[in-house]
Amino acid sequence: MNSSSSALFDFTIHLLLLSLLAIGGINPILPELHRFVVSEHSLLSNEQFVTLFALAQAAPGPNVIFVTLIGWQVYGLVGALVSTAAICGPATVIAYIATGLSERWQSRRWFIILRRSLVPLTTGLMIASAWLLCIAANSSLASYAVTGIVGVLVLATRINPLWLLATAGFAGIIGLV
Amino acid sequence: MRFEAEEEEKENPALSRRAGVPRVGLPQLFQAFLLVGLSGFGGVLPFIRRMLVEERKWLTASEFTEVLALSQLLPGPNVINITVHVGARMAGIPGAVIAFLGLMIMPIAVVIGLSMLYARYGDLQPVEDAFRGIASAAAGLIVAMAAKIAWPVLRSARTIVLAAMVFVAMAFLGLPLVWIILLALPVAILWTWVAQNE
Repeated sequence: MNSSSSALFDFTIHLLLLSLLAIGGINPILPELHRFVVSEHSLLSNEQFVTLFALAQAAPGPNVIFVTLIGWQVYGLVGALVSTAAICGPATVIAYIATGLSERWQSRRWFIILRRSLVPLTTGLMIASAWLLCIAANSSLASYAVTGIVGVLVLATRINPLWLLATAGFAGIIGLV
Repeated sequence: MRFEAEEEEKENPALSRRAGVPRVGLPQLFQAFLLVGLSGFGGVLPFIRRMLVEERKWLTASEFTEVLALSQLLPGPNVINITVHVGARMAGIPGAVIAFLGLMIMPIAVVIGLSMLYARYGDLQPVEDAFRGIASAAAGLIVAMAAKIAWPVLRSARTIVLAAMVFVAMAFLGLPLVWIILLALPVAILWTWVAQNE
């Protein structure tokens, strides 16, 4: 119990930090979560990580609930609530403070430079996320094909992603993937 | 609650100075974000916009665009940032807290319910097979999102090299994100600054 609560403490501290680095939401920090949770601390297996991610995508609500699910899986209800609070906390405080600031700071020169500097970094992280999930979720040629087809359909059509997830689930059941 | 809201306005005068911001009761705020949280399959953003701009008319379309732009600059999930921002604008700190709880409470309950079901039935072969397919599709969603983000950004040597550096450091070297940001951000700022002065 003691080692588990100290592991929860470490995880929470890490999430508090990630909250500040998660520019553009949870998706760019997926590789970092995978590194921390799977590679470094072995809290989850790669398969569990991928399955929880799939569950979070298939559920309603903001995709930050993926972190809630990791907390739940590893530490139960306390883990779910603490990890949600940790990943949202620092960012929400900043969002609140920003509410009170005048909009003029957005046109200040240092701010424009900071913003333009962050864009390529977030983009690199986002590509790393896509790369990681492709490797982590797929093992066969057919599964890579599913990823590719879904990617193209999302880009080219306005189809609801839930249909794509459901169809892919069905394809799995009948043994296509 | 009321007292706290007034206290907070003193600390944060820009909130109360904003003209034309409707004062909304906490129960209304909670209910509105509760419904958004439940409806947001495959991305909450379109639902939050419809609720704020079209249904409740708490924000105009241009105000929403402004709030969205701001939330994309801030760290943290965009949808959460918008929720906190709107809650705070409507009813101070209690508003921010209530809107956040409204948004999150049902998704958390649903996702924990789903994961309990998975824990119970995940060993069954059809469930396992289905999740293999769903996971591959979920990866496809992220690939599409990455492509959408990268396409307009990767148009100069600066953005391509910086993004590639971060990608390699994360995907191949497996460095901790904190290090990557600490190393890459100064380089990015310097390069952006120089590029702007040219």
